[in-house]
Amino acid sequence: MAAASPSVFLLMVNGQVESAQFPEYDDLYCKYCFVYGQDWAPTAGLEEGISQITCKSQDVRQALVWLPIDVTFKSTNPFGWPQMVLSVYGPDVFGNDVVRGYGAVHVPFSPGRYRKTIPMFVPESTSKLQKFTSWFMGRRPEYTDPKVVAQGEGREVTRVRSQGFVTVVFNVVTKDMRKLGYDTGPTDTQATWGTSPAQGLPH
Amino acid sequence: MNPKEEKVKIIAEEFTENEEDAAVGRRKKKVQRQQRKKQPQTNSGLPVLPTSPQGPHPGLGASPTCSASSLPSVPLPPTAGPEEMVSETPHLGPQQEPGQEEPKTHLLSTTARRGPRSLPPIPSASRTGFAEFSMRERMREKLQAARSKAESALLQEIPTPRPRRLRSPSERESETEFGTEPGKEVRRTQQDDDSQNYSKVKFRDSGRKIKSKPQVPPGFPSPEEAYNFFTFNFDPEPEEERSEEEKAGAKTRGGADQEAGAPGQQDEEELLDGREAEDLLLGLEHMADDFVAIRPAEYESVHHWLQKEKEMLFVPSRLTVPTYKKLPENVQPRFLEDEGLYIGARPEVARTTGNIMENRLLVQEPERGWFGDDGRILALPSPIKPFPSRPPVLPRGQSTAAELETLYKKAVKYVHRSQHMIGSGDPSGNFQVDIDISGLIFTHHPCFSREHVLAAKLAQLYDQYLARHQRNKAKFLTDKLHALRNAVQTGLNPEKPQQSLETTQKTIKEYKAEIWQTRRLRDAEQEKDRTLLKTIIKVWKEMKSLREFQRFTNTPLKLVLRKEKVDQKADEEAFEAEIQAEISELLEEHREEYEQKMEEYRAAHQQWKAWKRAQRARKKKKKHATEEPPDEETEEAPPEEDPGKPVPPEPTDRAVLEQQVRERAAQSRRRPGEPTLVPELSLAGSVTPNDQCPRVEVLRREDVRRRSVYLKVLFNNKEVSRTVSRQLGADFRVHFGQIFNLQIFNWPESLTLQVYETVGHSSATLLAEVFLPIPETTVVTGRAPIEEVEFSSNQHVTLDHEGVGSGVPFSFEADGSNQLILMTSGKVSHSVAWAIGENGIPLIPPLSQQNIGFRSALKRADAISSIGTSGLADMKKLAKWATESKLDPNDPNNAPLMQLISVATSGESYVPDFFRLEQLQQEFNFVSDEELNRSKRFRLLQLRNQEVPEFRNYKQIPVYDREIMEKVFQDYEKRLRDRNVIETKDHIDTHRATVAKYLQQVRESVINRFLIAKHHFLLTDLVVEEEVPNISILGLSLFKLAEQKRPLRPRRKGRKKVTAQSLSDGDVKLLVNIIRAYDIPVRTPTPSKFQQPSRSSRTFVEKHAASPSTHSPTHSADYPLGQVLVRPFVEVSFQRTICHTTTAEGPNPSWNEELELPFRAPNGDYSTASLQSVKDDVFINIFDEVLYDVLEIDGTFKIDIPPVLLGYSKERSMMIERGFDSVRSLSEGSYITLFITMEPQLVPGESVREKFDSQEDEKLLQATEKFQAECALKFPNRQCLTTVIDISGKTVFITRYLRPLNPPEELLTVYPSNPQATAELVARYVSLIPFLPDTVSFAGICDLWSTSDQFLDLLAGDEEEHAVLLCNYFLSLGKKAWLVMGSAIPEGPTAYVLTWEQNHYLIWNPCSGHFYGQFDTFCPLKSVGCLIGPDNVWFNIQQYDSPLRINFDVTKPKLWKSFFSRSLPYPGLSSVQPEELIYQCTDKAAAAELQDRIEKILKEKIMDWRPRHLTRWNRYCTSTLRHFLPLLERSQGEDVEDDHRAELLKQLGDYRFSGFPLHMAYSEVKPLIEAVYSTGVHNIDVPNVEFALAVYIHPYPKNVLSVWIYVASLIRSR
Repeated sequence: MAAASPSVFLLMVNGQVESAQFPEYDDLYCKYCFVYGQDWAPTAGLEEGISQITCKSQDVRQALVWLPIDVTFKSTNPFGWPQMVLSVYGPDVFGNDVVRGYGAVHVPFSPGRYRKTIPMFVPESTSKLQKFTSWFMGRRPEYTDPKVVAQGEGREVTRVRSQGFVTVVFNVVTKDMRKLGYDTGPTDTQATWGTSPAQGLPH
Repeated sequence: MNPKEEKVKIIAEEFTENEEDAAVGRRKKKVQRQQRKKQPQTNSGLPVLPTSPQGPHPGLGASPTCSASSLPSVPLPPTAGPEEMVSETPHLGPQQEPGQEEPKTHLLSTTARRGPRSLPPIPSASRTGFAEFSMRERMREKLQAARSKAESALLQEIPTPRPRRLRSPSERESETEFGTEPGKEVRRTQQDDDSQNYSKVKFRDSGRKIKSKPQVPPGFPSPEEAYNFFTFNFDPEPEEERSEEEKAGAKTRGGADQEAGAPGQQDEEELLDGREAEDLLLGLEHMADDFVAIRPAEYESVHHWLQKEKEMLFVPSRLTVPTYKKLPENVQPRFLEDEGLYIGARPEVARTTGNIMENRLLVQEPERGWFGDDGRILALPSPIKPFPSRPPVLPRGQSTAAELETLYKKAVKYVHRSQHMIGSGDPSGNFQVDIDISGLIFTHHPCFSREHVLAAKLAQLYDQYLARHQRNKAKFLTDKLHALRNAVQTGLNPEKPQQSLETTQKTIKEYKAEIWQTRRLRDAEQEKDRTLLKTIIKVWKEMKSLREFQRFTNTPLKLVLRKEKVDQKADEEAFEAEIQAEISELLEEHREEYEQKMEEYRAAHQQWKAWKRAQRARKKKKKHATEEPPDEETEEAPPEEDPGKPVPPEPTDRAVLEQQVRERAAQSRRRPGEPTLVPELSLAGSVTPNDQCPRVEVLRREDVRRRSVYLKVLFNNKEVSRTVSRQLGADFRVHFGQIFNLQIFNWPESLTLQVYETVGHSSATLLAEVFLPIPETTVVTGRAPIEEVEFSSNQHVTLDHEGVGSGVPFSFEADGSNQLILMTSGKVSHSVAWAIGENGIPLIPPLSQQNIGFRSALKRADAISSIGTSGLADMKKLAKWATESKLDPNDPNNAPLMQLISVATSGESYVPDFFRLEQLQQEFNFVSDEELNRSKRFRLLQLRNQEVPEFRNYKQIPVYDREIMEKVFQDYEKRLRDRNVIETKDHIDTHRATVAKYLQQVRESVINRFLIAKHHFLLTDLVVEEEVPNISILGLSLFKLAEQKRPLRPRRKGRKKVTAQSLSDGDVKLLVNIIRAYDIPVRTPTPSKFQQPSRSSRTFVEKHAASPSTHSPTHSADYPLGQVLVRPFVEVSFQRTICHTTTAEGPNPSWNEELELPFRAPNGDYSTASLQSVKDDVFINIFDEVLYDVLEIDGTFKIDIPPVLLGYSKERSMMIERGFDSVRSLSEGSYITLFITMEPQLVPGESVREKFDSQEDEKLLQATEKFQAECALKFPNRQCLTTVIDISGKTVFITRYLRPLNPPEELLTVYPSNPQATAELVARYVSLIPFLPDTVSFAGICDLWSTSDQFLDLLAGDEEEHAVLLCNYFLSLGKKAWLVMGSAIPEGPTAYVLTWEQNHYLIWNPCSGHFYGQFDTFCPLKSVGCLIGPDNVWFNIQQYDSPLRINFDVTKPKLWKSFFSRSLPYPGLSSVQPEELIYQCTDKAAAAELQDRIEKILKEKIMDWRPRHLTRWNRYCTSTLRHFLPLLERSQGEDVEDDHRAELLKQLGDYRFSGFPLHMAYSEVKPLIEAVYSTGVHNIDVPNVEFALAVYIHPYPKNVLSVWIYVASLIRSR
């Protein structure tokens, strides 16, 4: 490797949003986007995506989304590690597109293949009446920005209801993390220890 | 009779039977029972009722309700049982006969049914299965049984007269339970019959009872159904039977009228018999029997249970065990506590629990191993600590900071090899052992040749010799001998009679004994020495012969015997004297011995003689009288055997003795005169070189050379180091000479050296282990002697060369005899010592650690262990006290104290005198603060995290410090540095610089506050939720449906708001919709001078002829008809992006165009906070298009875009202030209608939802809240203000701001007679104070109100401050004035001032100084929310809020809701304003200087803006303009004299002149530059253009400066 001291490390994430388990709902589609800190920048791939509308079949009672993810980030700082924010939408009884769930998950830190099942939730209406009207009008409460679910601040003012699951498969590859001093996986540690022979301490 | 009762009775009887036999063993009982059963066959006198022969049966028991006699668990009176048995017999008797036969009949069936079980061959057996088998099985069985029975019945042809009887339930029970038991069955068959009549009775009852049993599966008949089916018809009199039975039962107990009952019973039985016979014929009876199995509910009495439990279970008593039981016989309890020994507190155990345990132990393990001397159960002391582990919080106040200071240590990578150290950081743990390994010598090695073996032997012997020689024991003993002899001599000397004779004798005796002892020892030693010497010589000789034999030499060993000549004579004398002394001593000894023997001899001899005599006498007697008494004979019998004549001891012969002594001396001692031989072993010999050696020897030597040896040092069984690998020398010595400093932490438990040998390149083999002693604590480096430790190995090595091998026999002899087996062995020379530290203190672990060993080392790292140390300063004192108070050191309570003392007294340990809560915190700090500060990266990260504005949006902070440019911090650092330094460069005038600085600081503090508040979220910030529609909204939405699609007067619709988060550059646009304009100034016809046919005349936009001093907009431009005098277009510039509309024609153009201007947020940060701080101006200029596209400015309109305006969605009519002709009445002029908004619509920032503290009365505050709530309820859109926040962040009631304040004297004196003019002047003065919106300073956080003096000091403020000041001035001028809170264009929510003139209201714009009549349609104030006077607040509750349509008469409560009313009178609030304002005159010279500087700066700027063109300054024009400007100021922009213009034209006749004056309040240079830039004058690129720029500053009091800038371009027209 020619580059003796890289100035950024790279994180490549690919995989797919596999399926969504929303027992009550059908005709769902899914959006994803990545939320990351200030030191991060996407270098390749799409950081946002929207899936097709998937209908559940009779035998597989889950919506198979199969939406590929492929994005590469570069960063100088693990702070603000990318999070994937998922939001699932689907039509309600009246045909309005309403949100069926929000969820977020951190991209796994160490390289490898991961299957994550992300619990989804939606904000609740503030009152019964609100609930009714929102149902009636087809305007369910939504987050001002789906990225809200990736941040911890201000969540205490909301009430949410869990709503289902989305399964995402991540394949993570990192580059130069170790060179920059970030040890993220147990697999890395073996190589660093090493060669120093068991010599005594003669002075 | 109740069936239950009956059953109970039966059971009770059975129970009594049980009771009777309770004590008897079961087996026995069975036998008994069987016997009893057999009896009835013979005499038929046996009881039938006790049907449970099995004794105690768990399934049966007397119910507690049964008759009293049977209840008690104590055995019944013995009479009861037998009696009743007997009594029963009569009525049962007749049945027994058939019973006997029954087995026969049923044998067939039952065997067929259940062969393997071999149950009694009775039909009842099927019923026994009731409990055991499932219903199905039962049914199957029953069917089979029925079938077989039918068969058997058929077989028998003739029905046996045997009555079929049901059996008693107990009987059945017993069968179910014990059916499988062999041996009972025979009996059962007989017994069965006995009980049949009962069973029948019971049958029905139980059948009924069982009805509710759950076992009956659906589809199968319930037992009762079955019963009824099969038996009901055929057994019609169950009642009687039962009553009969009952009676019988009663009688059994009563024992009274059994006779009476018995016959009846019997009759009945017989009757039944007959009937049953019929049944049998039909085969139905059998079926009934088989199918229906009825049994009582299982029940067992509690007592019964208890009884049995008592038998099976052992329940230890709760009573206290007497002590004597717990102790061995005749042992008194011994209480150690009383004897003063420490006994730990026993763990708390409840007394009863303890008693139970003791009782149990006594029974279970009676060996009494469980009890201590005091008779209590042995127990360890309670493990519960009585004191908390956490130390008490020390009182603060002492400077603990220094002690608790955390030192940074760089993180060290974990080293694997450091196990032997625990916490290397601990300074107290630095102990050191020095192990000096100097070398290794093999005393035997497989590679030894024979010569080596001998050499080793020789060396060993020589060493031995040397050692002996060094000790020289022989000499020592000889000396001792001499001394003793002397002592004896002197003791014998009679001249010294100090001591008594006895003691002397005694000592002499002792001496002599010692002499004897010593002599023997000396002789032994001397002999050993001599033999050793002989052996040495012998070995040496052997070696020599070996060398000769093999013809080469392997070892350089050489023995030299040095003869030391001795003085023959002296030697001989000494020898002789020695001999003599010895002889004499021996003689003496012998003599004594002899005497002793003689004594013995004499005694023996005497005895012998006596015996002899007696013998003789007896002989004589015999001779005399042979028949003398026989008893004498017997008497003499024992001495009869001859004691033998004692031999007198021979006196020792001196000669013999001497001979002996001499012999011995010759053997063990050097002969006199013989020279002493001193062997000396040297390595002087030469080893035969390889080429002269035979092959085998060469091989051996090569083998030796290939071998190398090293040592491993093991500390506590862990390898800590190893020596270098050294080649084995030819002499089998290895020199290491290495010193290992072992830095240890815990006390060494073992020190081991492992000797490894490697041959060639093969792996090392462990030869031996050498255990080194752990040095004493006194042994320190330098003082330790070199010691040799021997080792040996048990390895077996056979070599194919001269090497003798190890563990294999070899011999020196040619014939192989005299075999030797030598094992590898050797010696390691080493020394082990404790190292000495720098200050001379030996690095030895403290004693405490030695005692406690490994554990304490761990403890030392524990913070808890240092608890005790915190408060105790003087350890020595403590130790002293501990010894004085005789603390029990074994008491675990004292353990920490004792340990502490031992640690303290050992002196070496480091005892921290503080307690660290998070003692590991240091470990987790990944870098120190210094490093954190030093590192640019960390600093950058920190600053960004703190949201420091410069770094708030810094992206991709580099990984390495070196990649971070120093200049990144420069701005920030500069800002920090400048915080206290007033910089005058930008501001020119110092006062304003200070003000700016002050403002900056206020801003920062408020922003900090805001940043905190910003992180408080509301639901609406996060969740978008539709509001619940109320009726009005629903109605509206319904109404909307009916709405026209294209209304005549379309309204703007609200758009969806977008949160700022998701924005980026290019997303946001500023939309300016320019609709139309009114009254655009037209070109005046050029003076004749300039009349030219071409259209390319310069446009000189001139003022309108207007009626002065009217404020009505009725005026219109008079332009020549039919002539287009102006072709205006609008140019909008924002953030230096310029857009313009198409050109329209005429003075009232209509464009209706939308211009899009990109909006860039600073730093690309589109967060709300950042957007709110955008202060860029939107310049809207109307130009007149002329030929050459020379652009001339008609007017400028400037608005600040404060953040609140971001969301403008309202249509606005903007008033254009005419720039060029601003000399005219300002209120009249051109107007432009436009609409400005942002696309997308941004959410305006919200004010801080923070409650500020206040000094106002709580009641007042509540009232304000109430008032505001009420107002907001009625008119949510109208502004209602009762409290404001002052500059220090406190809530203040608004009326406190209003108070008459004096305007500057200077202004009042200008128009002393004209109050209106004065008012205007004052308004102008106020408007000259620079405008700075709070929303910009404080980023939409809150509106801070400064008092008028602060305002004047700051010389900056927004509408409110201006309005307050103006209002105060008006008040002081004697006008009736109010503050109007409302919304205006373009400011939005703002404050105006309302004054009451004689008959009309005037509305003053405090920021521009303009005033409008109430009914002026062009009044920018569009709505009125509330009026504020010095003593009250009125809220507008009229239908309309436009000033044109409302009544300002605040006295009408229907129109104005007043805050203070009758219910809440005005409390007389003091004003926050000062009494009086003090005005300093502005330094005119400074103003002039500033003027020059500004002019210079502006000129430079214009030149900068024209980088590719030459900028020429027309000095003449400039001076003209400079003269012109003061005139403008004087006239307050009202009248520009025509003559001046004429003059201007005259002077600049040759030039086409375009330009205009700008008038501004002075705050900074920058806005001036921007304003000049926005004129676009510099854009002219006509080749020979010239410029003129003049600046005039008019100073007003209090540093209020009015700045005029006249900028113009001139083009020479010729």
